[in-house]
Amino acid sequence: MHRYGILKTSLNALRRNVMRTMLTTLGIVIGVAAVITMTEIGNGASIAIQRTMASMGANTLVVIPGAANTGGINFGFGSLMTLTPQDADAIIEECPAVRSVAPIVRARTQLIFGNRNYVPTYLYGTTPAFLDIRDWTDLENGEAFTEHDVRNANKVCIIGRTIVRQLFGEESPIGKEIRIRNVAFKVVGVLRAKGANMMGMDQDDILLAPWTTIKYRVVASSLSAANQSNTNTGNSNEVNTLSQIYPNLQQNLYPVASSTEQTDTPQPIRFTNVDQILTAAQSASQIPSAMQQMTVLLRERHHLLIPDPDDFNIRDMTEITKAMSSTTELITKLLLCVAMISLVVGGIGIMNIMLVSVTERTREIGLRMAVGAAPSDILRQFLTEAVVLCLIGGTMGIMLGRSASYIVTSVLHWPTAASVGAIVVSVFVSASVGVIFGFYPAWKASRLDPIDALRYE
Amino acid sequence: MDLIELHDIRKTYRLGEVDLPVLMGVSLNVSRGEFVALMGSSGSGKSTLMNIVGCLDRPTAGAYWLDGREISKLNASERARLRNRMIGFVFQTFNLLPRTSALENVMMPLIYSRENLTDNQKKQRAVSLLEKVGLADRLDHLPSQLSGGQQQRVAIARSLINHPQVLLADEPTGNLDSRTNAELLQMLQQLNSSDGITILIVTHDPGVAQHARRTVYIKDGLIEQSLSI
Ligand SMILES: Nc1ncnc2c1ncn2[C@@H]1O[C@H](COP(=O)(O)OP(=O)(O)OP(=O)(O)O)[C@@H](O)[C@H]1O
Ligand SMILES: [Mg+2]
Repeated sequence: MHRYGILKTSLNALRRNVMRTMLTTLGIVIGVAAVITMTEIGNGASIAIQRTMASMGANTLVVIPGAANTGGINFGFGSLMTLTPQDADAIIEECPAVRSVAPIVRARTQLIFGNRNYVPTYLYGTTPAFLDIRDWTDLENGEAFTEHDVRNANKVCIIGRTIVRQLFGEESPIGKEIRIRNVAFKVVGVLRAKGANMMGMDQDDILLAPWTTIKYRVVASSLSAANQSNTNTGNSNEVNTLSQIYPNLQQNLYPVASSTEQTDTPQPIRFTNVDQILTAAQSASQIPSAMQQMTVLLRERHHLLIPDPDDFNIRDMTEITKAMSSTTELITKLLLCVAMISLVVGGIGIMNIMLVSVTERTREIGLRMAVGAAPSDILRQFLTEAVVLCLIGGTMGIMLGRSASYIVTSVLHWPTAASVGAIVVSVFVSASVGVIFGFYPAWKASRLDPIDALRYE
Repeated sequence: MDLIELHDIRKTYRLGEVDLPVLMGVSLNVSRGEFVALMGSSGSGKSTLMNIVGCLDRPTAGAYWLDGREISKLNASERARLRNRMIGFVFQTFNLLPRTSALENVMMPLIYSRENLTDNQKKQRAVSLLEKVGLADRLDHLPSQLSGGQQQRVAIARSLINHPQVLLADEPTGNLDSRTNAELLQMLQQLNSSDGITILIVTHDPGVAQHARRTVYIKDGLIEQSLSI
């Protein structure tokens, strides 16, 4: 028997009763439409969640220097000075899974404006990419500093809401100058308020300035005390017991530069290091590859041999990512349940009508058998009919579902996202429903006795 | 060897606990190209015999050779293939597919054929058969748009689509008036004499039987007498 002939016969049979065909497929139509709409809404929601998570830093990876280990004393991560701004440049150039990179130089010191002072939680020297990584590019006021400012170590900064409140009150801070260790920073922008982060830290308690400025004009003169593994000047009397008794008694081997001299000609120590490198992966799914690429790159740049441990550490937001993926998984499972129920209901409808159809067409079946249709031909014909029915229903369901989600987006403004996967699965599932629920009626038809069937009234 | 050889065919229906013997040892030979009329009172088992000959049914006992093949043991699929290839049926109640054009009705058995024909060849064959039965201008008519005689002619065309060797007609003229009746018999005779198709026809009408070369009478499940002209 020819497959094409069977298909044509099935289509003819369905065409003969258009109204009933439509009504029969309604169950499948609604089932598939529900699946499509729900998946698209679910997808939209999970993309929206992902975006929110991303703004909280779900895709960010923080590279921090390794732990200094001197004389058996581990000073903890961050105590080595192994990361350089060149590392940051190399990461963005050579790691395709990394979207954005911002070196960070930290400081903790007092801000002074007029007669007020304040010590912010975060005083970061960085690049404009920081704002992109933290999804913070839309400023409340003013503008962010630029790469140009970073290159020239310009004394500009942008500040968060909390600092505005602490130092300026109701005044507008734009154009004003904040003094940090006697260096005057011009406020060029105010960050949009973000509130507390997941750990309860106030994210608006922040001052951002070009890292070059912070590094060379603010930290350089002062931070050496924090770095046990390094000292700036040739402090040969550090081992001198006197200095422990009288810490202020310092004998410098070289003439001390005046503060003007120091600011005008910053003296990098050994090499310029940064405290952290903040990076963003292209997407949540790219985080592992981003980590891997960065590890390989940094090990190579730091000339580490295979047995050497990493002299840096990459931290990701595993918790957040996990929470996100488990949410998405739950949504998917729920949708699957809904899909199952509606498709089973639709399938039962198909089976019901197919049984009626077999009874109705008993004489036709008898005749077909008399002229040479084998039981398997009859089986295939009715199965094809059921599958075609379901596929018609599936197709209409896909179209209905897509328009429904379109309406949901345009009327309710819910985010939706088309899902090719859902469409493919719907087609596949509706065909399977046709096979499963069409089988019994088709089998019943094929078992008819031709003589009885021909005589059937 | 004859085209159809029935040897001591028995058919017994079971109705609950009761056995109902219908055929009780029928032996009949029909050779190639014969035109045989089957007569007998109502309930004598003519249709039952025709169903067995047409491979629609299996005898309870006995042997049946069709074209040299013992077929009483074949399964449903094998019999279906045999029916498709060897046998054409013409029913008393035409049995055309409703809401399906005459042309498509005629082409229907080709769906189940093993022959590899293109759509065009199939259509040509059906059209030429409809021309042969005088319905060249009714190709697209639905059964409901045809007269009884025309419907029966469509049914004959359909039965011939696979070039069968045997044509079985169970009271094909039962529902027709005498003129149409005569036309139809003419056609059957034509098929028999010019195309050499073996024809078995069941009838109550002695006038119809006269067209046949041989008449077989059946009574109480046995062949009573076989008359050749
Ligand atoms: N499926 C069946 N089950 C039980 N008995 C049956 C069945 N089919 C036929 N019979 C019986 O077999 C007998 C012969 O039936 P059959 O149809 O062969 O008669 P017939 O000679 O064709 O009669 P008619 O000339 O009226 O068509 C009848 O008595 C009928 O009741
Ligand atoms: Mg009968």
